[in-house]
Amino acid sequence: MVDRTLDMPPIRPEFIRGRLGKAEAGDVARPLTVVEKVANNNGVRKLSILIALVIVWQLYTVVLDVEPLMFPQFTDTMVALWSSLISGKLVLRIWSSVYVLVQGYAAGLVLATVFTVFAVSTRLGSDLLSTLTSMFNPLPAIALLPLAMLWFGLGNLSLIFVLIHSVLWAVALNTHTGFMAVSDTLRMVGRNYGLTGVRYVALILIPAAFPSILAGLKIGWAFAWRTLIAAELVFGANQGSGGLGWFIFENKNNLETAHVFAGLFTIIVVGVVVENVIFRNIEIRTVQKWGMQR
Amino acid sequence: MTAAVTAAGATVAAASNLRPLLEVRGVTLQYKTPEYLVTATYRVSFDVYRSDRFVLLGPSGCGKSTLLKGVAGYMPPVEGEMRLNGQAITRPGADRAMVFQEFDQLLPWKTVQGNVMFSLLSSGKIKDRRQAEEQALRYIEKVNLTKFRDAYPHMLSGGMKQRVAIARAMAMEPEILLMDEPFASLDALTRRKMQEELLQLWDDIRFTVLFVTHSIEEAIIVGSRILVLSPHPGQVKAELNAHQHGHSSIGRAEFTSLQRRIHDMLFSDRIEEQESKTHG
Ligand SMILES: Nc1ncnc2c1ncn2[C@@H]1O[C@H](COP(=O)(O)OP(=O)(O)O)[C@@H](O)[C@H]1O
Ligand SMILES: [Mg+2]
Repeated sequence: MVDRTLDMPPIRPEFIRGRLGKAEAGDVARPLTVVEKVANNNGVRKLSILIALVIVWQLYTVVLDVEPLMFPQFTDTMVALWSSLISGKLVLRIWSSVYVLVQGYAAGLVLATVFTVFAVSTRLGSDLLSTLTSMFNPLPAIALLPLAMLWFGLGNLSLIFVLIHSVLWAVALNTHTGFMAVSDTLRMVGRNYGLTGVRYVALILIPAAFPSILAGLKIGWAFAWRTLIAAELVFGANQGSGGLGWFIFENKNNLETAHVFAGLFTIIVVGVVVENVIFRNIEIRTVQKWGMQR
Repeated sequence: MTAAVTAAGATVAAASNLRPLLEVRGVTLQYKTPEYLVTATYRVSFDVYRSDRFVLLGPSGCGKSTLLKGVAGYMPPVEGEMRLNGQAITRPGADRAMVFQEFDQLLPWKTVQGNVMFSLLSSGKIKDRRQAEEQALRYIEKVNLTKFRDAYPHMLSGGMKQRVAIARAMAMEPEILLMDEPFASLDALTRRKMQEELLQLWDDIRFTVLFVTHSIEEAIIVGSRILVLSPHPGQVKAELNAHQHGHSSIGRAEFTSLQRRIHDMLFSDRIEEQESKTHG
């Protein structure tokens, strides 16, 4: 026989606490100190990394006396940036790129809307969308540029064509996936209150699928911006008034390397502003406020 | 005994209102999937009178939710008919406001007040925004959420979310409230509190509710009349009175005996099932 009492936990006396005291080890809640706040600020931390990188860049070029034709100093780049900004030349280039981009992006969105409406309302549409997306998604938009030049010549129309291609599939696919993922419960709620047709889509499906739609818009933008710069490099050369891609190409031909760097810098800045300011703000005001995304 | 109960029920019904508000007659509801056909409820009939707290009770899978979806107008019956105020039910409508079990029934992009106003405005029940806001606030106050009117659903606890859903449905002042296990995802303490609040609201406004649950205790506490359903396919087993029971009667002899009766009723199915299996 085994003595079972040995496997039992010890029996302890019960107790009930009277009044509970204040927390003694440290504060339960206190405002953070300035240093803690600054260290917690993402912007501050990232800015310090950037400053460090700039210092490394400047030291590298000055100390090792690097040939400015190959790798200009940070200060030279800034001077080039400043001079082309105030001469208005760079501003014109930025405007030219953004103008084409907005047209292509808008046209892509309109087409994506048409496709998604078709895909949501009919099975043929849904099949068509998924087939076309899986076909065209792996095809880099820039690969269509030669064909676009053949069809539409060396104008903005060719650029817009490749931009549409880069926006359309990402946005349509994400929106459609988002619609499909809207829960049955929410759908039933919408119909319970008499929503049908366009009102149902606008008041239930679109907001409910917004995280996914926004992701599509962001991917579409990223594709479009990269595609546009690449396309401008290819045929800005044949055109008097090109965009940022052409600005880089032109300055490389003139061996103005500092200006090439200034062009690259501008492309980065535009990208960062759109992604981290415009889209970020939309996110904060919508999906994050609604708790649909962290 | 049975005759006496029916007769008493009939006189009470006749005194308060002559016609049932909701008539369900021999309703069969089916799901067709690509592979098979499921009969969820088979020839179910019942009548709900104005101010009833009518409970559909049965084990999981006996077609309670399906029946509610039928009444709500999401699913047409393959047999039988459903009438609200004598009108055949053909599509979803705001005269039958639904409260679901799932917390995601609230629109995450609208505040508490926005959610309640949404039902009023989108159904066209109230056209004027100011009036809709007043109505919304009145019902938000009834569920004790005035402090949280500007909060978004993701900031609320499960119980608070369900209270918003109830306020949203009640603000519509529908002919009948349809509640599908609204408290089933809540912890026991919160569930009990919500049941009390619902009964208080009923005392206050005297709405009509069709309430689905799989808990015998909840059915007896919340319901004034209980429709007991048996599974596979869902069929009516009995219709019982429970208007005399509330939280205060838990543990009393009549409460326990009713609980026992329903329990045996639901349990006998399984015994019969097992017997038919062993014998057949
Ligand atoms: N969307 C559906 N498709 C196919 N079968 C379903 C669907 N929903 C429910 N059922 C089936 O119908 C029966 C009743 O389901 P339900 O009404 O949800 O039961 P309850 O709400 O009583 O738990 C179950 O057998 C279930 O499997
Ligand atoms: Mg159910």
